[in-house]
Amino acid sequence: MIAANLIAAAGGSFTPPGPADFNLPPVFGEVTKPMILLTLSAVFIFVLTYAMARRAAIVPGRLQFAGEVVYGGVRNTIARDNIGSEHYMRFVPYLFSLFLFVLVNNYFGLIPLLQFPSFSRSGMAYGLALLSWLLYNGVGMWKHGFLGYLKHTCIPAGVSGLMLVIIVPLEFFSNILVRPVTLALRLFANMFAGHLLLILFALGGEYLLFEANASVMNIFGGVMSFVMFFGITVLELLVMFLQAYVFTLLTAMYVGGAVADEH
Amino acid sequence: MEGTLNMLGYGVATIGPGIAVGLIFAAYINGVARQPEAQGRLQTIAILGFALAEALAIIGIALAFAL
Repeated sequence: MIAANLIAAAGGSFTPPGPADFNLPPVFGEVTKPMILLTLSAVFIFVLTYAMARRAAIVPGRLQFAGEVVYGGVRNTIARDNIGSEHYMRFVPYLFSLFLFVLVNNYFGLIPLLQFPSFSRSGMAYGLALLSWLLYNGVGMWKHGFLGYLKHTCIPAGVSGLMLVIIVPLEFFSNILVRPVTLALRLFANMFAGHLLLILFALGGEYLLFEANASVMNIFGGVMSFVMFFGITVLELLVMFLQAYVFTLLTAMYVGGAVADEH
Repeated sequence: MEGTLNMLGYGVATIGPGIAVGLIFAAYINGVARQPEAQGRLQTIAILGFALAEALAIIGIALAFAL
């Protein structure tokens, strides 16, 4: 806020960053930077988990220990607590890969030279949410049958009579249509907004320090801008982890709701 | 400075979900403080409530860009 006022006061031709800054030019052909980052993350995760599991020992080494902490966390606190001890093991591979994939892609936003969270392009997030949507609906239909699943997901226990007319469309709208969209947009909007904030403070600080006329206020604003840049980076470290966690947790909860027995 | 009024409207619209998310986690912290062994069960409910409340803000951001 301070920086924005100072920029207005400086009177120069500062153009604030906007959504257009995320339309990166293609690197070659039709291939853009987010595509390369997604591929890179898949390769990175494969190599990392392979190295963790390659020499699995009873007394784990450092790398294996780190892998086991992440795997154990996803398996116990995310999968088992939300899906239930009967079915959870068959979903752990998907949830574990999902968590690592989102986490690594988010942290690409803070690694120098890469510095672009892949999911700040909405298309990438929609693709990932579509996978989760297909999974939990597919699992529900496998468990209850097509009509049984629709009944299971649209009619909450203990509702009857006239209330059904109101509740059934609402539940269908909320559980089938809105869930994948919010799942994708939550991840996208958080990554997008965080990265935009970083761009804003970096560009604003650079402009105030090196391009605007060198008054005390401008220099102070520029320095404060870079201090804020650092602060937002630390906040982003937390947010990026949290978004990966929430995405995986919600997928597990949706799957858990789909495979739950009748009330 | 340029931009659309949509963004100002979106800023106002996030007040509701913001308060809602705060209330949900306040209740969650209260619950865990009173009964620490219920944390696992409360956490699931809190995250679900958080996701539902935040969905309003997310629908808002979609509409702010679309309309």
